[in-house]
Amino acid sequence: MATGVKPRVKVPATVAAGETITIKTLISHNMESGQRKDKEGNTIPRSIINRFTCAFNGETVIDVAMEPAISTNPYFQFEAKVPEAGEFVFTWYDDDGSVYEEKKTIAIG
Amino acid sequence: MFQGKGALALAIGGALSLIAAGSVVADEPAKLVVNGEIEMVTETEAPAHLDAFDTIYSGWTFRTPETRMLQMDDFDNPAMVFVDQAAEAWDTVDGSEGKSCASCHGDVAEGMAGVRAVYPKWNEAAGKVRTLVQQVNDCRETRMGAEPWKYDGGKMVAMESLISVQSRGMPVNVAIDGPAQSTWEQGKDLYYTRFGQLELSCANCHENNYGTMIRADHLSQGQINGFPVYRLKNTKLNTAHARFKGCVRDTRAETFNPGSPEFVALELYVASRGNGLSVEAPSVRN
Amino acid sequence: MEFTRRETLALGLGAAAMMVLPLRANASATDDLIAEFTGGADLADTGITLTAPEIAENGNTVPIEVSAPGASEIVVFATGNPVPPVAQFSFGPLAGSQTAATRIRLAKTQDVVAVARMADGSFARATQLVKVTIGGCGG
Repeated sequence: MATGVKPRVKVPATVAAGETITIKTLISHNMESGQRKDKEGNTIPRSIINRFTCAFNGETVIDVAMEPAISTNPYFQFEAKVPEAGEFVFTWYDDDGSVYEEKKTIAIG
Repeated sequence: MFQGKGALALAIGGALSLIAAGSVVADEPAKLVVNGEIEMVTETEAPAHLDAFDTIYSGWTFRTPETRMLQMDDFDNPAMVFVDQAAEAWDTVDGSEGKSCASCHGDVAEGMAGVRAVYPKWNEAAGKVRTLVQQVNDCRETRMGAEPWKYDGGKMVAMESLISVQSRGMPVNVAIDGPAQSTWEQGKDLYYTRFGQLELSCANCHENNYGTMIRADHLSQGQINGFPVYRLKNTKLNTAHARFKGCVRDTRAETFNPGSPEFVALELYVASRGNGLSVEAPSVRN
Repeated sequence: MEFTRRETLALGLGAAAMMVLPLRANASATDDLIAEFTGGADLADTGITLTAPEIAENGNTVPIEVSAPGASEIVVFATGNPVPPVAQFSFGPLAGSQTAATRIRLAKTQDVVAVARMADGSFARATQLVKVTIGGCGG
């Protein structure tokens, strides 16, 4: 299900250089597990987000390979080091080939 | 917390052990403060019309620490992603009149502040009590010239949540007198009517047995100040009417439909039992 | 994701039928997957923390957190799920810590296992039993 997919990301707007910050991300997605059957008894095909990455100025913070056991509307919380001002890029990869991207700029202050 | 009731000590012992067991992940939050700024009243004196209790408790107080924590930060609360979607819909023109919600109501934060807290509410022009959902659909049909949304469909429940967010922390304060009184009386009758093969009324569980376990679940007072609710069970937003339907179904009865006059009356009555609790919607429950 | 009452029943029956035999099979499936990840290396039982509720209010959404200071990767398995792998976290140079939290699905009461690959190539494992309760009304 690639319709209505929406990311939500929490990153502070400013930090001190070298500071470690907590990031929270959520994306709306059914995460159809491939284990369920429809009313006719046919298996509903798996359709999940299979990978999530976060990078800052091109350097990786975290790279997550996801399986169907991740809950609907996948949520991640993790920590990142911010050496300088720049841009976080968050990317979600869907089984159906869709790629969802969200960017957040951060200033040193 | 609702553990104050001496008469329920035994039942509450079970609840406490559950809570203690969960503390590996989250320390028990005693007070519901959302985003560190919106202080919620989750326990307060029962409204005057309610004889059954001295104190009313939000459903939040009955949940495990992990579930309670999910509601304390909008980036932990999965419902907020749907609120974001509704915020886009608020500004989106729909229907033959070329209008969006924002065309008449402006910024949702200003236009809708306090609205959730007083619904369901008597509508003079319609000559009846209307729920928030009915009011949204009336706007869509008569002002926007747009198709009404399904009463408990995804778009509507997200919009109801967006509107509710603008009243978070305000006390529920639905009017039960004046022209709304007969609808309220009808809702009260329904609340105390036994339905289904199990012959259960709302009151049998949520008034006589709140605080006790129903299978592995913890019975609340059935307050709806947190609706729409994001349920971990079905991982989506749920309306009060969908919950009513589920409850009536579980008594093994034919249920009323979401948006039916019966459920409108019941929503008014149940909302009034929570007059004084904070609007929490969209809350998180199991 | 919505299940009708009947579907839920059917799922439950299916799960009950499955539980008789493959419980052991799934546990060893996880062992095999761990061996694949570690190349059969020994697993230390310190250096990694797995935090999960002892009792999950709903198996559909169970919060977990893994933390292994100095790890390059952490893998998580749900030993009692039809498909045990849950997620693999790889930490990059800008990770503020080797810690991550997410929410997972657990089909039933089971052990959740996390295995970390440390920077020095050693491995560590943490296990936590999570009891998944069956809710009350339609829960």
